[in-house]
Formats: sequence, structure tokens, C-alpha cells
Amino acid sequence: MTAGPEPAATRRLRPEPTFRGTPPFPEAARTALADGQLRQNLGRATTTIRTKRAAVVAERADWEQLRLSGAAIKDAVLRDLPALLDQLEAAVTTAGGVVHWARDAAEANAIVAGITRAAGATEVVKVKSMATQEIELNEALRREGIDVWETDLAEMIVQLGHDLPSHILVPAIHRNRSEIRDIFVDEMVRVGRAAPVGLTNEPGELAEAARLHLREKFLRARVAVSGANFAVAETGTVVVVESEGNGRMCLTLPETLITVMGIEKLVPTWRDLEVFLQLLPRSATAERMNPYTSLWTGVTPGDGPRAFHLILLDNGRTDTLSDATGRQALRCIRCSACLNVCPVYERTGGQAYGSVYPGPIGAILTPQLRGIAKHPVDKQTASLPFASSLCGACFDVCPVRIDIPEVLVHLRGQVVRQSEASHRLPTPEAFGMGLAAWTLRTPRRLAMAERLAGLGSRLVGRHGTIRRIPGPGPIGGWFRSRNLRAPARESFRAWWRRTGSGRGGES
Amino acid sequence: MRIALFIGCYNDALFPEVGRAVVRLLQRLGHEVDFPLDQTCCGQMHFNSGYQDACIPLVQRFTAAFAGFDVVVTPSGSCASMVRRYHPLVAGLAAEQGVDTGLAGLVAEVSPRVYELSELLVDVLGLTDVGARFPHTVAFHPTCHSTRLLGVGDRPTRLLRAVAGVTVVDLPHAASCCGFGGTFAVKNADTSVAMGLDKVDDVLATGAEVLTAADTSCLMHIGGLLSRRGSGVRVMHLAEILASTGAEA
Repeated sequence: MTAGPEPAATRRLRPEPTFRGTPPFPEAARTALADGQLRQNLGRATTTIRTKRAAVVAERADWEQLRLSGAAIKDAVLRDLPALLDQLEAAVTTAGGVVHWARDAAEANAIVAGITRAAGATEVVKVKSMATQEIELNEALRREGIDVWETDLAEMIVQLGHDLPSHILVPAIHRNRSEIRDIFVDEMVRVGRAAPVGLTNEPGELAEAARLHLREKFLRARVAVSGANFAVAETGTVVVVESEGNGRMCLTLPETLITVMGIEKLVPTWRDLEVFLQLLPRSATAERMNPYTSLWTGVTPGDGPRAFHLILLDNGRTDTLSDATGRQALRCIRCSACLNVCPVYERTGGQAYGSVYPGPIGAILTPQLRGIAKHPVDKQTASLPFASSLCGACFDVCPVRIDIPEVLVHLRGQVVRQSEASHRLPTPEAFGMGLAAWTLRTPRRLAMAERLAGLGSRLVGRHGTIRRIPGPGPIGGWFRSRNLRAPARESFRAWWRRTGSGRGGES
Repeated sequence: MRIALFIGCYNDALFPEVGRAVVRLLQRLGHEVDFPLDQTCCGQMHFNSGYQDACIPLVQRFTAAFAGFDVVVTPSGSCASMVRRYHPLVAGLAAEQGVDTGLAGLVAEVSPRVYELSELLVDVLGLTDVGARFPHTVAFHPTCHSTRLLGVGDRPTRLLRAVAGVTVVDLPHAASCCGFGGTFAVKNADTSVAMGLDKVDDVLATGAEVLTAADTSCLMHIGGLLSRRGSGVRVMHLAEILASTGAEA
């Protein structure tokens, strides 16, 4: 899925890649699974972060209480969202900021473009932000002739590589050091300060190359765009946490700051930050505290940006909120702990999910933001809730206790109902499930099916093992790499009946 | 004690020896085992695949079949977690649709009495040494639903380690999912197999003769991969090991 090499002249003009066109998950996963380098990069990275997270979480005896508090605060926010949003708007306005409301991606992008043009700027520097990735702000601004510079290291690697993100927190997790070095050498020169001559793949050298490349953009930029980790309704304070300091540069140097924030990012009071500033860094980067925590309230004359715009983004969140089971996905604080423990994500990587939100949280958030509660969704979106073995590792680590397996199963139900409503005849799967349900409704039918299967296994099974079954069939995928034990010639219930209450001996 | 056995539909049809082992074990321990012939399936496959409406009659049947029993045992952590965690949700669905408003009450009565085998042995019967003998090297795979949904903890391994003659070897990355996942195994066959092959590598690295677990479904998947690879490692349900007395062939 990575964009191939292209002549430099066309590359500057071409819109950056988006996830549009990603095939349904099973197919996208197959491509990713075949990439040995990707598997190796991901396996190494997720194992490291997983182990570190477990260690720092274990330091806190009150971790479960923190999780419960985090979930309770977020649930309270979701219950009182309209009032809290009004409170936030009033507080930000009082502090000298301007609040904008955006129903969807197009509205939000247009607002950002308008503010940037009004500021007389033709470029913006960006703080790492999921909300702006979600609305494909970079592509929209480029169409308006505005250059966009990602300044988070991993986000910059993705942008320079004409690539797609594969992780919420570490979007270039699928890249190793050598690949990053090559991207820097080939691409930095096209968009600004070139990579130093003789650049190696040493982390220190790579970081220095990024620092030098970014520095000229920080010092030149007049407009910055950020997301928000949290916003405090009572004070109007917006919070961004980060590791590299690039965010602090963007948030303080340019004259105009535009923050795009999903409406669910609120917390009611300043005090509530106490819970999340403990939950988030330990879950995300396995740090006790993140290196940079920037908090600002409106504008402060003589200090930082002179204009602050806060764009409150819906983009499917209200629809998500209307679903009593699915709405818990809106508690998410984008820590990525669920990605790092997910056995599916570990093997397929994030791009297979066809969304900026990959992994378990993406599998429940993306379909909801795309409106699954209101209308049928496309095949790729419909495949996401099934991209899980329901092992439950994600729920165990979620700092706000989102029961991801529960929501996955709930969304599978919505997909099935939409499929049933849109097909006059049942799909092969629906037919099979219907037949199975019919069979399992009475013990008589089940016993009959078991007798038939027992007879059948005498025909197909060799030494009691089935290596394949004729025709593709809905379960053909089983037999590509796996054998199956043939159905027993005598089922348990038949044995029980024959031997009489299990007391009649063994044979 | 009179104990009702819920066998689970796939054990019934594909792995009857697991049910026979549970019966043999519990009878050896002096208990009376009942197998209500009205039982069919807990509904997990339909529930987890999104066919939740189809579960309602299955849950009705389950509660009717086991209503009269104080203790129900099943040799499946996965089925037990379906019954204990999700039957109440199915009952809620039945009430919401006006299909059956009484189901929730029945489920509340029956589902808490359903135990996975290791829970029954350790918690209800107070045993860890069940008098088994199994002179083989064994690796144990803690299945996801038994550990994460049901919380059986170390009960299965305490039972296993108390077996005479057994050598238990540690399985690397034991807590990682094997990739079965019900219909996931066929809907996302490639990913499922990739997960399973990593599990197989871990199993083979232990040098164990036997891989055991509290769920036949996961073993069917891992065993299918081992068998295709021509490996000599056998998969056995924990019940079969606990039922062994060393007198078997």
C-alpha cells in the first residue's frame, strides 16, 4: 500500500495518499501478512512497548481505580455533552479565543482554510493530531494551495514517505531505522532543508536531521494547527501532551493557532485532568509522565499566539453517541494500548484497517463515525468489526475500560441486520447460520445432523482427519493450512443414550 | 453431588471423548452426572457472528434444559463465558423485542450455576489433586475466554500440576491468542493462521508431547495446524488428562 517512487515534479502536486480504496480487511490483511519486513518491524515494536507499559502500570496499586474514574468521568461528559460544550465555548470566548462548530470534515477543513488565508499564510505547521487526520485536513489544505508540514517525527516520516499512518501514536511504526534514513535522504531535499550528507541510521543522527529540517519551518510559520488531548469545560483550557517538543514549538511560535477537537475530548473540571494525565502516558508511551504537557486558555497578550481558534468537530460523534452500547468508544483517549496488545494488529499492521484509527479501537470507532448506526456502510467498513478474534486483550489494557469485544459483537449484529435488509435472498453465510440455528433449536434435529455427519465422516475422512473438502465453500479458508478432525462416528449424546447414563462402560 | 453436564455442540459432534472424560472423572470422584438430553448449544457462534436474534431460542432451550440443576459443568471456558456473560444480554434482547419477557429471570437463575470444569473442581468440589496419572510432557495453553472473560486464573494449571507423573513445561507467549476466534478462523483465515502458526512454533519449542487447554475449539485450530505440519504433538482437552489413571493404552 506504500506509494511507489515517482518523479519529483509530479510528486509535489499530487494529493497525499488517503485510505480510500483500501480493500475489506481480510484482503488488506493478506497483503500485509505477506510482508516479512513489516511483520518483523511490528512484532519488535509492539512487544517492546507492551512490556514497558505492563511494567509502569504495575507500579500503580490504584490502577483499577484510575481506570474506573477515567471511565466514569468520560461517561459523565457524554451524558452532559451539550451543556459542557456550551460551557467550554463561553470560557474559551471569555479568554479571547474564537470557537467554531463543524458538523463534518468538509466544514472543519473549510474553517481551517479560511482562517489560514485570512492570516495571509500559505503554509501551516502541524502538531500531531488524530482529528485532523480523520478529516483529511492535509489533503484539503493542499487543494487550497496551502502547504502543510507535519512536525511530529513519526508523522513527518509518514508524510515525507507519501505513506499512510499505521498506528495512532507511532504512525510510522511499520518503518525501521534504515527505511527512515532512506526516506530522509530522498525526500527532505524536495520540501526544505536536505538531510545532512552521510546520514546514517543511528537514532541520534536521524533525530538531528529531523530537528534541522523542522527548525526552519517552525521559525517561518505564521499559522499552526493542532488537535487536543483534553479541553476543560470550566476554564476553557486546552491540553496537548507530547514527547518531542515539536508541539510546544507549534503552540507557542506562530501568531495564529487553530485547534481541531472532537466534541468528546472534554473533561468537566480542571481536577479531572489529574486522572487522565496519569492514565494516558502510562498507557500510551509507558511513561510515568509525558515530557511535554502544554495547557493554554484563550490568548495571553505578549505570550504565544495572538489569535486562537477552537474548532469543535462532530463528524459522526453525535450518531455514535445515540447508540447505547457503541457510545463507550467515545471515551477513547487515543493511547494505543489496545493496538499494542492486539494479536491481529501485531500481524497485519495498521494500514489494513483502512482508517486513521486502526486496531481494536479503530474496528469499533471507524464504523460508528462512518454512520453504521444510521445507514448501511460499505464493504470495507463492514469488515472491520469482524477483524478480531475477540480475545479480549484490548479490554484488559484500556485505560477507560472500553469493552471493545462487546462493541465489536454489537456492531457485527448491525452489519448482519443491514446485510439481511439489503439482500432479497440470504447470503451463503446467512443461509448457513440460519440452517445451523434451525438445527440447534431442537435436540432431535441436532442428533439427526450428528448422525449424518458421522456417516459423512466415514466417507471423507482418512484416519479421522479431513485435509480438505470439495469446492470452495464458506469454510474453505480453514483447509488452506489446517486439517480438521472428522466428526465422531458416535456423538456424545448417542453414546450417552446407548450406554445408559454414562454408567454402561466405555466402548 | 448431582452435576449436570453441558457438553457444547462441537464437543458433542466432533470431540465426544472430552465429554466421556468429564463423566469418567466426575464419577470416579464419586459424583452423579446427569446429561439433560434437551440441551443443544449455548448460542455463542451465532451471538459472536452477529446473528443475535437467532440466539434467543437457543438461550430459551438452554435455560429450560438446565433449570432444575444446582450445578452445571461444561468442559469449555468459552461456552461458560457465553452463558455467564452474554446470556443476560440475549435475554435483554428477547425482552426488548417482546419475544420473551420472562427469559431474563430464568437466565439470572441458571447462568450463575454454570461452571467451567476447573472452576467446578477447584471452587465447588475443593480439589486440586483429582487422583489422575499421566506420565507425559505437557504444555498448557490458557485460552482467552477462560482467562479473560471467565477469570479461571491458575485453576487449570494447579489441577494439571497435581497430576501424578506429568511434566508441565512453560509455553512461551502463553497469553497470546491462538487465532481461532470462532468464525474469525474462516472469515479472516490468513490472519487466524498467522496467529496459529506463531502458537505452533511456541508449542514445538517446548518439546512437549501433548498440548492441553480448557477449550476444544482452540485445540481444534492449533491441532489442525500441527496435524497439517505432520508434527507428532497431540492435543488433548484438560479433562482427558485429569480423567487418566495411567491404565489407558
